[in-house]
Amino acid sequence: MTKNIGGRQMTGAQMVVKALKDQGVDAVFGYPGGAVLPIYDEIFQQNEIRHFLVRHEQAAVHAAEGYARSTGKVGVALVTSGPGATNAVTGLTDALMDSIPILVISGQVPTFMIGSDAFQEADTVGITRPCTKHNWLVKDTADLSGVLHEAFHVARSGRPGPVLVDIPKDVQFASAGYLPPTKVSTSHYRPRLQGDPVEIERLVALMEGAERPVFYTGGGVINSGPEASRLLCELVESTGFPITSTLMGLGAYPASGDRWLGMLGMHGTYEANMAMHGCDLLINVGARFDDRITGRIDAFSPNSRKVHIDIDPSSINKVIKADVPILGDVAHVLEEALALWKARGSRTNAGPLGAWQKRVQEWRDVRCLDFKQEGAIIKPQYAVSRLEALTKDRDRYICTEVGQHQMWAAQYMGFEAPNRWMTSGGLGTMGYGQPASMGVQVAHPESLVINVAGEASWLMNMQEMGTMVQYRLPVKQFILNNERLGMVRQWQELLHGERYSQSWSEALPDFVKLAEAFGAKGIRCQDPADLDDAITEMLDHDGPVIFDCLVEKHENCFPMIPSGKAHNEMLMANAKMQGAINATGAVLV
Amino acid sequence: MPPLKLKKGSTSHSAYNLRPTFSDVQERHTLAVLVDNEAGVLARVIGLFSGRGYNIESLTVAEVDHEGHTSRITVVTTGTPQVIEQIKAQVGRIVPVHDVRDLTVEGKAVERELALFKVQGTGDKRIEALRLAEIFRANVVDSTLDSFVFEITGDVGKIDAFAELMRPIGLVEMARTGVAALSRGATV
Repeated sequence: MTKNIGGRQMTGAQMVVKALKDQGVDAVFGYPGGAVLPIYDEIFQQNEIRHFLVRHEQAAVHAAEGYARSTGKVGVALVTSGPGATNAVTGLTDALMDSIPILVISGQVPTFMIGSDAFQEADTVGITRPCTKHNWLVKDTADLSGVLHEAFHVARSGRPGPVLVDIPKDVQFASAGYLPPTKVSTSHYRPRLQGDPVEIERLVALMEGAERPVFYTGGGVINSGPEASRLLCELVESTGFPITSTLMGLGAYPASGDRWLGMLGMHGTYEANMAMHGCDLLINVGARFDDRITGRIDAFSPNSRKVHIDIDPSSINKVIKADVPILGDVAHVLEEALALWKARGSRTNAGPLGAWQKRVQEWRDVRCLDFKQEGAIIKPQYAVSRLEALTKDRDRYICTEVGQHQMWAAQYMGFEAPNRWMTSGGLGTMGYGQPASMGVQVAHPESLVINVAGEASWLMNMQEMGTMVQYRLPVKQFILNNERLGMVRQWQELLHGERYSQSWSEALPDFVKLAEAFGAKGIRCQDPADLDDAITEMLDHDGPVIFDCLVEKHENCFPMIPSGKAHNEMLMANAKMQGAINATGAVLV
Repeated sequence: MPPLKLKKGSTSHSAYNLRPTFSDVQERHTLAVLVDNEAGVLARVIGLFSGRGYNIESLTVAEVDHEGHTSRITVVTTGTPQVIEQIKAQVGRIVPVHDVRDLTVEGKAVERELALFKVQGTGDKRIEALRLAEIFRANVVDSTLDSFVFEITGDVGKIDAFAELMRPIGLVEMARTGVAALSRGATV
């Protein structure tokens, strides 16, 4: 931290606004309150930074996340002390789990009242310590500009993450000198970007000899920037290795690409999970062997050498032992690996690799995601497929809430570029998608932004419809309404003897009237024959829309790796079993 | 592949068996953590241990460089080799942490702890206490007619042994600092 000596004199509140401008921030999501009034007063007196008034602080943080994920920039939220800060905790934890760079600025009671149980006082840095990458309580205005610039540096460096700066009200009023970003020395925090050349050479040697290789990529590719995605595509295309991705990494390699296997893991595709299980070389690029990915650990990819590229040393060997650990930034490591592989003659083990590609194709031919839309009720898979078909050629961003709809969106929508897919992966935060979609729309006002939602998740932050209407953010809320907590219901069916404890909603709102009450447009669709027209109507409307898509209530999300099973023991969608579940399920529900 | 039949009403309520396949031998390691001496830094380190379920056997902390605002935290912890590696990596990525050193694997290290023992007693017990203190090279730092306070430094085993001997002859209270450790030799 650099203490100010000299610099332009201004109040702490002015410093906040100045620092945000100097860091290139153009939008802030927030909610005012007593302890941040001086900052709001400064926001009032300028026009460069737009402030978006949310309806709940959790939404401000998710909106900042959506902004950050769709732009690669640091998202910013501004909240007041006490409840403002505690409401931000879910968003901070979400950003920590998914490595999203955001800055939350919180007001605090004046320094001389800290510790006195003052009105709206909370130990914000204490509460948020385990859910931020780092946080600061600034007790002296002279430290403020240095801390703010360092906060941006920490949020976006290395493995990105959320940071919080807690600013007591007297520090906002007091004056001191302001230091611009260039004058601030940003600590010793400089994560290593270059991979170890020895390990990279081992990776290349393994690639040259691999008989059954697979790329397993994650959110680290997206976080590393567009160049990382470009290098990944080049490496995949030139080696011909099949590639799968985690939920977080969708879009880094285009879904239309020849080598694409679809998502892997618990609800991943048959081909992706079979390839993971059968491979002899597993190249993990910026993913972290999450438990939704690995399934049963002692049966995870049992016959493969494992290469793990990650910028965070604590991710390597945390869950799965890496034979070739490469600590570094994805783009840097891929660049070196690609250059070395080319310099050595772009060799692959062509014979066995060809046989492997054929086997992968056979797995693809199982067509694990196929479904039949028949009868008068819309299948959720059909709804998502039609949404995909009608929007895939557009400049499009997709957010989701959490649950079955999230998995269906990941399975049935194709992402051609990074930063186009915003979903709560690590924390699984219901209520994430709607505010996140708001943040995305703010960052991309001309683009189509859709939040694929379940009605239960969506209701968790539905108050934000007010924000969307107020700022004319034309986000489309595409709700797959099964009147159930679908994923909870699915688990109860499979694991709890079909006892559907508390997993349905008995008093759902009329979503069309709800939309109208907010001043938005509402569309309801329940007939498969009307679906395309209804979706088109939604897309054509210039303004926020709530699309209430009534879908099959007891649909389960498949494929699924069941309890304690390995990747090659997936549970597949099966007509006979579906029927059995639906019949018994209907009696109970 | 034939679709699997999943057993209805399965007793397993978790999707996955998360038991890793790493070695489960428990090891004891002494870590030296160099940190910025700023508010909350100790809470960050301790919070990480409790939050992730790691053990702390002993912990000492004090500023070691006033000008450079750095403190040294010495943590003695136990865990499987994989957990120890995780602890080092997790502590190392805390922003104000400059360096994490594993003195147990880096070569020989000296480990010392200081303890204060209050021993009550008169007559033979009092004489025996003094005699034992001499053997252990403990100093008397406070004395009344029926009590002593001894100061002893040494490794953990020596202090444990001294405590065991003193207990039957009147040990009523003890304060221990926890381990401070440095690597042996000229290099830092």
